[in-house]
Amino acid sequence: MKNLEELRKIRDEARKTMDLRSGNQRARVVVCMGTCGIAAGARDTMQAFMESLEEAGATDVAVTAAGCAGFCDQEPLVEVEIKDGSTVRYGHVDAAAAQRIVKEHLMQGKVVESLVFSQGA
Amino acid sequence: MAKPRTVVMVPVDADTVAIGARDVKNRFAEEIGRRGLASEISVLEVGSFGPVDAGVIAAVQPDGVVYGGLTPDRVDRIVEEHFVKGRACREWLLSGEHPLPDPRATDSRHTQYAGRIVLDNCGRINPENIDEYIANDGYFALGKALSDMTPAAVVEDVKKSGLRGRGGAGFPTGLKWGFCASETGPEKYVVCNADEGEPGTFKDRLIMEGDPHKVLEGMALCGYAIGASKGYIYIRGEYKLSIERLRQAIAAARAYGLLGNNILDSGFTFDIDIKIGAGAYVCGEETALIESMEGKRGLPRLKPPFPAQQGFRNKPTNVNNVETLANIPAIVQRGADWFRGVGAANMPGTKVYTILGHVRRPGLIEVPGGVTLRDIIDDYAGGMKHGNFKMAQLGGTAGDLLGEEMLDVPLNYDALEKVGHVLGSGAILIMNETIGVCDFLHACMRFFAHESCGNCNPCRNGLRWLSAITARLKAGTGYPGDIEIMEEIATVLKTAAFCPLGQSPAGPITSALRYFKPEIEKGIDHSSARPKPDHTARALATFAG
Ligand SMILES: Cc1cc2nc3c(=O)[nH]c(=O)nc-3n(C[C@H](O)[C@H](O)[C@H](O)COP(=O)(O)O)c2cc1C
Ligand code: SF4
Ligand code: FES
Repeated sequence: MKNLEELRKIRDEARKTMDLRSGNQRARVVVCMGTCGIAAGARDTMQAFMESLEEAGATDVAVTAAGCAGFCDQEPLVEVEIKDGSTVRYGHVDAAAAQRIVKEHLMQGKVVESLVFSQGA
Repeated sequence: MAKPRTVVMVPVDADTVAIGARDVKNRFAEEIGRRGLASEISVLEVGSFGPVDAGVIAAVQPDGVVYGGLTPDRVDRIVEEHFVKGRACREWLLSGEHPLPDPRATDSRHTQYAGRIVLDNCGRINPENIDEYIANDGYFALGKALSDMTPAAVVEDVKKSGLRGRGGAGFPTGLKWGFCASETGPEKYVVCNADEGEPGTFKDRLIMEGDPHKVLEGMALCGYAIGASKGYIYIRGEYKLSIERLRQAIAAARAYGLLGNNILDSGFTFDIDIKIGAGAYVCGEETALIESMEGKRGLPRLKPPFPAQQGFRNKPTNVNNVETLANIPAIVQRGADWFRGVGAANMPGTKVYTILGHVRRPGLIEVPGGVTLRDIIDDYAGGMKHGNFKMAQLGGTAGDLLGEEMLDVPLNYDALEKVGHVLGSGAILIMNETIGVCDFLHACMRFFAHESCGNCNPCRNGLRWLSAITARLKAGTGYPGDIEIMEEIATVLKTAAFCPLGQSPAGPITSALRYFKPEIEKGIDHSSARPKPDHTARALATFAG
């Protein structure tokens, strides 16, 4: 990269891909993968999301990893962001919980109340 | 953790607190506890959510009921009617529509991202994708500095921001940068202290794991400001994931030309390498750290000369903590005035704490400078998990022990100093009455005795003695006079130990004696038939374990 102009270009491009509204993705699942998340089983959670989404044939949901959000006692912690702007954070998401979230929240649009840790930014 | 079924929310703000909102909230908690309902109904202090001129109010969710005009006495009736008998108490129902807060969103400020500076990206962006960092304006502070600011202007901004070191000692960062900047000569170094050896502190790890580019950008800005072209991250070997992500981040930044030669065509050259430590606590001390970086045993150096004059390879070196450096991009980009507007006047910005122990939500929090311990426990950590607050250790194992009296002192450098305490590295350990003071002190002293580098006498021997004495106090077999010996050793450590590792254990000892002397005295066995204590070196060796 040679100058600030190019940096700006990268930023604007990246924003477009990250912003659900402008992309062709309908939802994003962010799995916290800090050391505590991984220790609590976040890798299995991640795996379960990928598999269940594939099973459900959902190609328009992005699954990504992030670092620690600081809510260590809630790990594995997962944030689900939907195109309509709503964001839900789920706590203690094991593989079974991941399957439920895919089925109910991502496919049927119903928040899985019993697993919610927090809502909104 | 079982999720509470019902939530009682009492808005407490400047207006309602004056008419007794906190008493009402406390009464709810008491009554609910008294009736054994605490595991099903939680009581929360929340911000105002609308109704005014209705006295003290409380909302019950998910029932959607709002009461107004409450007093502690009325609370008893409401608990009886609403929670025990299961019908809303009509007398004090507030009429009209009230948009009620979602209990989960207001549950505690802990769950909020608003106001985060250091952790704003953590848990949100993919740390292994540099584009996501850039999407959130990452590297634009560097871009701004390189295109519009002189190095001196960057130092000036950091000075004006009032940022102080987050590694424990709280030294003003801008001042430190200024020392290094004023040194002449082309060879200077930026060192990021990522040793994080303080037990209970893990904030730096989570910053590096969650947002590694922020640390790199902070280092590059520091390099530009002080005139260094090389930076090192000294990181403990156990931090495998941090090391991996930092390596990955450095490679990505190099590939984009954000590290390396002629960054953004400005003529500024800066690169970063990682040095891995072997896990000695003393190597977090900046001069021992530099020795270790040079491949030697980590013995602290005599100061002065300070690292800013003669550090790594005897060249001017600026050592900063991870969190300190992670604050820099925001300061450069948004300005010193903005930073000063966050937090308290004498502690601008935020502080990241790791909060542990008997709280409902242990973890990592970032709070405005100057909030109180009570706020942290109640608002950010979800309150006590079980039992009552007994004491807190502030700042890791080298930190002071605080009693209940200190719950309302603002956590900033000056206010704490005024009452004789220090802030330390950012670990807050909350303990309830199940923890014995002597037990706790012994755990601390054993740690220090183990980590003493052995270079100087007060620390090498003094800490072994403290470990031995706290062990027998804990067992109830202390000797009369032990407390006086502890006090004396603490004084010697404080005045004569060579480096802060040996000086700081005086903190937990003297503060414990300040708040919990009667309990410590109970560890002394006064029966006269006992043999005199054996204070020979050999006896000590068996004691200290
Ligand atoms: C025994 C001992 C251990 C220390 N460990 C650390 C550490 O792990 N991380 C850290 O940043 N500072 C540590 N420090 C403080 C450093 O010496 C130094 O003050 C700090 O890195 C300066 O950075 P700051 O001004 O940004 O806080 C330690 C100090 C002592 C005496
Ligand atoms: S105070 Fe302790 S750690 Fe520091 S130099 Fe002396 S023996 Fe070593
Ligand atoms: S990794 Fe610690 S809370 Fe997520």
